[in-house]
Amino acid sequence: MTRIKGAELSRRDFLRSGAAVASATLAPGVTLIAFGGSQAQAAADAGKRWGLLIDAGKCDADCSACVSACRDENGWGGHGDADRDAQWIRKVTLQHKATGHETTMPVMCQHCAEPPCVDVCPTGASFKRVDGIVLVDKHTCIGCRYCMMACPFKARSFVHEPVVNQKSHAPRGQGTVESCTLCVHRVDAGGTPACVEACAGAGYEAILFGDLNDPDSQISKRLAEYPSAALRPDLNLGQGVRYANL
Amino acid sequence: MVRLLLPLVLMLAAGMSAAGDRSSLWPDVPKATGAPHAEGNAYWRKHHMEMMRHDRDLTMRDGDRMIAASLKGCFDCHTVTDETGATVTYASEKHFCRSCHDFAAVKVDCFMCHRSTPDGVDETVDHAALTDRRAGDILAYLRAIGEGGE
Ligand code: SF4
Repeated sequence: MTRIKGAELSRRDFLRSGAAVASATLAPGVTLIAFGGSQAQAAADAGKRWGLLIDAGKCDADCSACVSACRDENGWGGHGDADRDAQWIRKVTLQHKATGHETTMPVMCQHCAEPPCVDVCPTGASFKRVDGIVLVDKHTCIGCRYCMMACPFKARSFVHEPVVNQKSHAPRGQGTVESCTLCVHRVDAGGTPACVEACAGAGYEAILFGDLNDPDSQISKRLAEYPSAALRPDLNLGQGVRYANL
Repeated sequence: MVRLLLPLVLMLAAGMSAAGDRSSLWPDVPKATGAPHAEGNAYWRKHHMEMMRHDRDLTMRDGDRMIAASLKGCFDCHTVTDETGATVTYASEKHFCRSCHDFAAVKVDCFMCHRSTPDGVDETVDHAALTDRRAGDILAYLRAIGEGGE
């Protein structure tokens, strides 16, 4: 079988989605069609480094709006079986041993700059996009679950059972591993992750999303102004997700 | 071999259906809505998998969202409805992909992860057998069948 990558690349230029604005017949049976401008991005921006700043001080112990928003957005609602259901994001409660003070916060894929899940993946399915978003390419994932073992944050889940009625922007299926995608489909369309929106909608604004590479972004300014920490800083993973008021 | 045969068979099927006397064994390719493919149907019949595979890698890996070929895009035009007007899923023989793939005996793995209908269609009923949780407990399942519960 031969791949026709070269040919496909040139035909892509003609076939960018959008309305046709011009077509010309070059020769009988050969039509050149040019498509109009589209708002969709042509590639992830290597100059960006998407991240989250989670303010544990603002996170309400009784709220789980981020979790349900993620579940609805990406369709990973399970069967009510805690041992097997996927969890892309979960609420974690920490208790200070000496004082008994409790802190709650959402924990999801931390989108490491040096992701252990990518290091261990035997097929290259676990990968980091140029803009720092760590994903699983389910086309090549063999479900070995090495990445689940390697992740210090238990951020990945294995899909144990057949899945139907997926969202078209978040395909997921039995035998593959999955985790928070930072709502890559929304980010690529210029939006923010569903959890961020839901948290703000619930009135807490505990999660801030933005470009860590842009010194003028709200998230960068906040990080420069106030103390924050990456989880397990001893591992030097360079997470895109950081926490304040832990 | 299949790759060579399928387009040939499809072209034959199309030709004969136009003639109105095709055998009932030929795949009955459901009519599409929307504008026809610029490259023609023969090109798409032969190359759809290369095109989708190529674009899926660009989208997945590089974040290219200006996609020419995608499963989601297929269902903009290639959605099939049954007698009741309900959109059929891949569970049905009438599904656009299955109409040829069943005939060519080439299994489609796409729908293990991707939905086989446009967003908004409820696929759960059609795929009830797939998600029957009693299958997880094989003894209970067999007992239920034995008792005529199913
Ligand atoms: S489960 Fe999939 S993504 Fe994870 S290490 Fe194995 S092949 Fe890679």
